[in-house]
Amino acid sequence: MSAFNAIGEKREIDRDEFTPGVEPQPTWCPGCGDFGVLKSLKQALPEVGKTPEEVLTVTGIGCSGKLNSYLDTYGFHTIHGRSLPVARAAKLANPELEVIAAGGDGDGYGIGGNHFIHTARENHDMTYIVFNNEIFGLTKGQTSPTSPKGHKSKTQPSGSAKTPLRPLSMSLNAGASYVARTAAVNPNQAKEIIKEAIEHDGFAHVDFLTQCPTWNKDARQYVPYIDVQESDDYDFDHTNREEAAEMMRETEDVLNEGTVLTGRYYVDEDRPSYQQEKQAVGEMPDQPLAERYFDDDAEWERSYDLLERHK
Amino acid sequence: MSDDELIWRIAGGSGDGIDSTSQNFAKALMRSGLDVFTHRHYPSRIRGGHTYVEIRAAEHEVQSRGDGYNFLLALGDSFARNPQEEAYYGNEEIKPLSENLDELREGGVIVYDEGLIDEEAVATLDLEERAEENGWHVYPVDLRGLAKEHGREVMRNTAGVGVTAALLDMELEHIEDLMSDAMGGDVLESNLEILHDAYEMVEDEFETGHDLRAPTGDHETEQALLSGSNAIAYGAIDAGCRFIAGYPMTPWTDVFTILSQNFPDMGGVSEQVEDEIAAAALAVGASHAGVKAMSGSSGGGFALMSEPLGLAEMTETPIVLVESMRAGPSTGMPTKPEQSDLEFVLYTSQADSQRVVFAPGNIEEAYEQTRLAFEIAWDYQIPAILIYDQKLSGENKNVDVDFFDREVSPDLGSTLTEEELKEAAHDNSGKFKRFNYEDAEDGVASRSIPGQKGGRYLATGNEHSPVGHISEDPDNRVAQMERRLEKLENIRAELDEERESTQTYFGPDEADYGIITWGSSQGAVQEAVERLNEHGHSVKGISVSDMMPFPETEVTEFLESVDEAMVVEMNATGQFRGLIQKELGQYGDKMTSLLKFNGNPFEPAEVVEGYEVNVAEEDQQPEAQVRIEPAAGD
Repeated sequence: MSAFNAIGEKREIDRDEFTPGVEPQPTWCPGCGDFGVLKSLKQALPEVGKTPEEVLTVTGIGCSGKLNSYLDTYGFHTIHGRSLPVARAAKLANPELEVIAAGGDGDGYGIGGNHFIHTARENHDMTYIVFNNEIFGLTKGQTSPTSPKGHKSKTQPSGSAKTPLRPLSMSLNAGASYVARTAAVNPNQAKEIIKEAIEHDGFAHVDFLTQCPTWNKDARQYVPYIDVQESDDYDFDHTNREEAAEMMRETEDVLNEGTVLTGRYYVDEDRPSYQQEKQAVGEMPDQPLAERYFDDDAEWERSYDLLERHK
Repeated sequence: MSDDELIWRIAGGSGDGIDSTSQNFAKALMRSGLDVFTHRHYPSRIRGGHTYVEIRAAEHEVQSRGDGYNFLLALGDSFARNPQEEAYYGNEEIKPLSENLDELREGGVIVYDEGLIDEEAVATLDLEERAEENGWHVYPVDLRGLAKEHGREVMRNTAGVGVTAALLDMELEHIEDLMSDAMGGDVLESNLEILHDAYEMVEDEFETGHDLRAPTGDHETEQALLSGSNAIAYGAIDAGCRFIAGYPMTPWTDVFTILSQNFPDMGGVSEQVEDEIAAAALAVGASHAGVKAMSGSSGGGFALMSEPLGLAEMTETPIVLVESMRAGPSTGMPTKPEQSDLEFVLYTSQADSQRVVFAPGNIEEAYEQTRLAFEIAWDYQIPAILIYDQKLSGENKNVDVDFFDREVSPDLGSTLTEEELKEAAHDNSGKFKRFNYEDAEDGVASRSIPGQKGGRYLATGNEHSPVGHISEDPDNRVAQMERRLEKLENIRAELDEERESTQTYFGPDEADYGIITWGSSQGAVQEAVERLNEHGHSVKGISVSDMMPFPETEVTEFLESVDEAMVVEMNATGQFRGLIQKELGQYGDKMTSLLKFNGNPFEPAEVVEGYEVNVAEEDQQPEAQVRIEPAAGD
C-alpha cells in the first residue's frame, strides 16, 4: 500500500480544486501576464488527470514566485534562483510526484542560470515554466537578462549595453528535450503547450512571455503573436535539432523588433529522462525512495555489514 | 612520551602508494593485537611532493598522534621535481628523508631507499653526524633494486615493509594475509617474494644495534580500522539517510565518496551537482519530499550553502550538513587541518538564524553525533551541522566491531502519516496547518509530505501563516518566530536531561587547572592531561562537542571548578574561547588560549608545554609553533 494515496488517484477533477478556497487572491497588477500562466495551469492539470495533492509546484522569487500561493497544490516557494535544484531532488526522492518548477527570467536565466543549464543537461522529468517579462518586476523594473539592448532602467540609466540572453537556444544546447515558447496573450496555445510539457518525459522548458504592464510599458504586450506551427510563413521540423536551432535563433532575433513568434521549438521523445538514465546505471531504486520511509517491512542495510573491509 | 610504543612514519611522494601501504601496515599492527592511530600529512598535489603517514601503535589505547616518532621509512619520491637546490620546491628527491629528521626521536630508526635517494644528496644532510648526536640507527637499503628483482619498481613499498618488519621483529603473517586479500596472481606472488627477500636480507646480512621493537598486545574483541569520514558516513547510513548531494572539495570529499559508493547497493541516491548551492538545495528538496537527506562541504563550498541553509530553517525542512574544515581563509591550505570555521558555521545565513551544531572529537563521537544530528534534525525540523576537520576526516583508529552492532533508525521524526493527517488541523479550504503555532509542541509543528492525501500546504522562505501563505501580519510573525526560536532551548533541555552528555571529560574530578578543547583536538589534549597528572600536576580536561545549543551548565560547572583554564584550539583567533565568553557572559579573565594554525595538528607535548609556560612563566611564548593568548577579561 502506498503512503501517498493522492498519487495516481483516478477521479473527475474540477479546475476549481486548484483555486485556494480561502485567501489569498493574486496580488499581481491588473493586466499582468502572470495571470495567464496561472490560468493555463488550472486548465491543463485537470485535463492531464492530475489532482492537487500529487502535484508539487516549486517556485523561485519574484512576482512569478507567488504562483504556488494562488495554485492550490503542494507548494515550495524557495529562494531566488534555486527552484530547480529543490524541484529535481523532490522528483528523485519521489518520481511519482508531478513536479512543476517556475520562476522569472532573472530567477531562471540570471541568478539560477547554472542550475538551469545543468537541470536541462540532465533531462530531469519535470516542467519548468519561465515567466519571461524581460524585466525585474518585484524589485521595481530593473533591466533583466532578457531585456533588449538599450533598455533603460533605474540601474541602467543610459540603456543596457548587453545583448539579451537567448533562452530557447541556451535550453536546446544545454540538453532540454522539450522547448517551447508561449505567451499570456495566447491562452489556448498556452494551455496546450503546458499540457504537452507536463506529459513530456524529460525536461520540458516553457519560455512563457508574460507582459509587465507596470514596469515594461514601453515593451509590446506580445501582440500580435504568431504561432510558428500554425503560420504558413514558417516551416521547420521541431524534432530536428538543426532546424529547431535555426528557428529559435530567428525567434530570439525578431522579438525585440516587434515580431512575437511562439510555439513548439524542439521535442525529443526518445531521449531517456535522468531518472531512467540513473536507474540504468544502478544508481536509483525502482521504487520511490520516499515510500520506503513509510514501509514498516522495508529492509535497511546497516554499517555493521560493511565492516569486513576495515578488519 | 612512552617507550612502549611504535610510531612508524612512511614518507615519500604523493602518488607513490603511501596511503594504501600504510593502511595495510596499520591493519597488520591492529590484527597483531595493538591499538593504532594514524595521522596523514599530504600536499595539495596529485603527483610528488612531501607526504607521510604516521602510524602510532601501542598495547594501550591511542587517541592522538604522538610526540614525534621513532621509525622512519623514507621511500624516495618518484615524482620529484626541480631537483636543484635553488628551485622553489628544493630538492624533492631527498625530502622523504630530509623533511622528516627534525621530528625523529632520540634512538630512532631510519630506513631509506638508497636506490632512489641519491648518495650525494644524502651527503648534504650531515646524516652521520646527526645520527651520532641523536643515537639514530640508519639503514640504507636498495629497496628499488629489491623490488625490481622480482617484479616492478613500484613494489618497493613492499620491500620497505619487509625491512620494517624484520627490524622490528614482527611476524609477517598478518602482512601476508592483508596482501592476499588485496591482490592476486602474479602481482601477489611478486610482492610476497619481495616481502620475504627483504625480511630475510635484514635477518641474514644486517648488523643491527637498535632497541626498538614492535610492541605486543591482545584485543579481547574484534577490531575495525576506520577514519572519521567512515564514521560520519556510517552514522548517516545507520540514521537511515539515503540521499546525499555534493560537489567535490577536500577534505569533505571523503564522506561524499564513501556514501556515493555505498548508496546504490542500499537503494539510496547520490547526486554530484553543479555547485554547493545546488547540493544543499537538493538535500532540502529530497527532505521535503520525505527522504532523510544530507549534504556537506568544506569552508569554501559551505559558504555557498548559506542560502539553502536559511531556507531549510525557515521552511523547517530537516537536513544534515557536514562541514569539514581546512586551513583558510579563502582557499587557504586545502589539505591541512584547522578549526577556524566555527564562527562561520554557527552564524552564517542572514537574520536571527539558528541551527544545531556538533563537533565530534574522535571516531566514535563522529558516528554517534552524526546519528544524533539526524535524530534532532528530523524531530525538531531544524538544520543540524557536523563540524569536523581534515584531521578527524583522515585519521584512522581501531574501534570495537561491536560498537556498530545497532539497528538503523529510518524514523522521520515529527512527520505525519496519511492516517494521522486526517486528525490534524486544516483550514476551511482543506489546507493542512503545517505551521500551526497553536498546538505546536516544543516549538515543533508536524509535517506532511507531498503526495499524501490531506496534507497540502505551501512551504516558503517568506514569513508565513499556519498553512504556509506568505504573511506579514505582526501577530503571526511574532508567534511564528517565537515558536521557531523555542526549538533550541528545548533541544538543549533534551540533551541535558534525557541523553548522555556529548561532552568528554578526562583527568581527575577535581583539579586546580582546567584544559578546555573542542572537536578533533580532543585526543592530544586528553593525552596531555593524563601526562600532566602523571607528573604530579593538578589538571583536568573537557572536550566540548555541542557548539549550538551551547552546553551552558556543563561548561559553567567545569570553569567554576578550576582556578584557571586554558582553551586549546587549532585556529589563530580563539574562536571557541570567544564562544564560551559570549554564551556564558563571563570567565574572560579566567581563560587563556593555546592556539596552533601552522597546518599541523597539536601533539600532546605541545599542550603540555603550553600548560607549563602558562602556569610557570607568564609573558613567555612556547618553543613549539603555537601561540598563547592571555586572558582578556570579560
